[in-house]
Amino acid sequence: MIHVTNLCKQFGRRQVLSGIDATIADGRITALVGPNGAGKTTFIKILLGLARADHGTIAIDGQIVGASPAYRGAIGYMPQIARFPAHLSGRELLAILTAVRDGPAEPDLTLAEAFDLGEQFDRPLGVLSGGTRQKVNAVLAFAFRPSLLVLDEPTAGLDPLGARVLKDRLHAERARGTAVLITSHVLPELEELADDVLMLSDGTVAWAGELQSLKRRTGEQTFERAVARLLAGSTLLAVA
Amino acid sequence: MRTTLVLVVMALREAWRGRWLAGLTIGLMVCGELLIRFSGGGATTLVSLLDVALILTPLAGLVVGTMQVHNAREVTELLLAQPLERRRLFVAQYLGAALPLAAALTIGLLAPFAWHGLLLGPDAWRLVALAGAASALAMVSLALAFVIALRVDDRVRALGLALTVWLVGAVLWDGVILLLALLFGNAPIEIPLLVMLALNPFDLARVLLLLGSDAAAMLGYTGAVLQQVLGTAAGRAALTGALVLWTVVPLWAAGRTFARKDF
Repeated sequence: MIHVTNLCKQFGRRQVLSGIDATIADGRITALVGPNGAGKTTFIKILLGLARADHGTIAIDGQIVGASPAYRGAIGYMPQIARFPAHLSGRELLAILTAVRDGPAEPDLTLAEAFDLGEQFDRPLGVLSGGTRQKVNAVLAFAFRPSLLVLDEPTAGLDPLGARVLKDRLHAERARGTAVLITSHVLPELEELADDVLMLSDGTVAWAGELQSLKRRTGEQTFERAVARLLAGSTLLAVA
Repeated sequence: MRTTLVLVVMALREAWRGRWLAGLTIGLMVCGELLIRFSGGGATTLVSLLDVALILTPLAGLVVGTMQVHNAREVTELLLAQPLERRRLFVAQYLGAALPLAAALTIGLLAPFAWHGLLLGPDAWRLVALAGAASALAMVSLALAFVIALRVDDRVRALGLALTVWLVGAVLWDGVILLLALLFGNAPIEIPLLVMLALNPFDLARVLLLLGSDAAAMLGYTGAVLQQVLGTAAGRAALTGALVLWTVVPLWAAGRTFARKDF
């Protein structure tokens, strides 16, 4: 469970986040959406401790983000377009992350099997195709039995089969009670996965709630149209 | 401890893969070999090699340090998203840059003397001092490079700034001192010169080395004038202390920036 309270962040003169309040529930998949520059990346970076909030807090299962790095042990993070060290193999990178985490001696590699990565996991990441690298990226994010998954454009570059495997795994994680936060620009895909929607616009929360109620509220059949409608008329919320 | 070790090993492998390390070592070896062949391996050789090392080391440290920080950016972000103290990663990245550079300098400088059987000769301690000073210079310039690279996110600007620091510190500074000495040669300018010296870590290392050789007069005005002022044990201790400060303070500043930075 993630509680976000009055989160504010300024870069120079630009106010990127101005007072975000939100809750991200366990055992549900939350889609983080919003137009470019809405503050999605900044939000994720603060969540991961890569950037610091000016005001406000994020609490993950009661632990305040920023107090100590220990809370990140529960997070599985899949960065956008993984630019890993080219000469390391997936397995070596996994060993480094395991050492850094003092984590379980036996990381969970079931996703590597599901992707049928095979010997690709032992080849240098620099020689792998973009899609295969993205699979390694996913394997690393799921390897330490996270209770919170943060996925930034997770299916980018994946073939349909790989995307299917990843989605199945996400459903399994949800059933296990993991909180999942996904950003993607492919809204139809999110529609298939997401239970909840957290929509940012201009650094504020434009919508937070269940995907179904978003569709009902906007009167649209698809997630994509509902989001577009919401962005087109910000007065809509007041009317509805 | 294990974590830091793993991270340092990772940085070492990264450094080893970049060909610059081998290039620097071989370049210094060739330099040393030629100098030994043409000037016999005595004091002259040492002073010439010293000059090469004093110019090259800050350049290598500043350029390599700046590039390494920027190249590691994505990995840094991935690692900082793990339950890892930022300070630990910073220390590991610094060590991962400093250890191989110091090793490359030491091997590159000493190897030609070793295979000519001059390593254990009468100049042994001077050779050790040369390698030590080059390593110290590497630490200083890497610390400065880390400050630059962490504060300036744009690669090209950071590299430009690093090159400027090298140009001013390793090349122009001595020219300015020479100019001052020519202009105010009749006045007692030891104190201003001392201050200028302390303000430039590359000059500090140079003077420290020159004090140990008999060739002070051969290498610029800074060395010649200050031999009298700083040739004492206390003078050397002060110089060494200033050089250590030049490593510790920038490193502290870089670590602070790293700990607070928004990635």
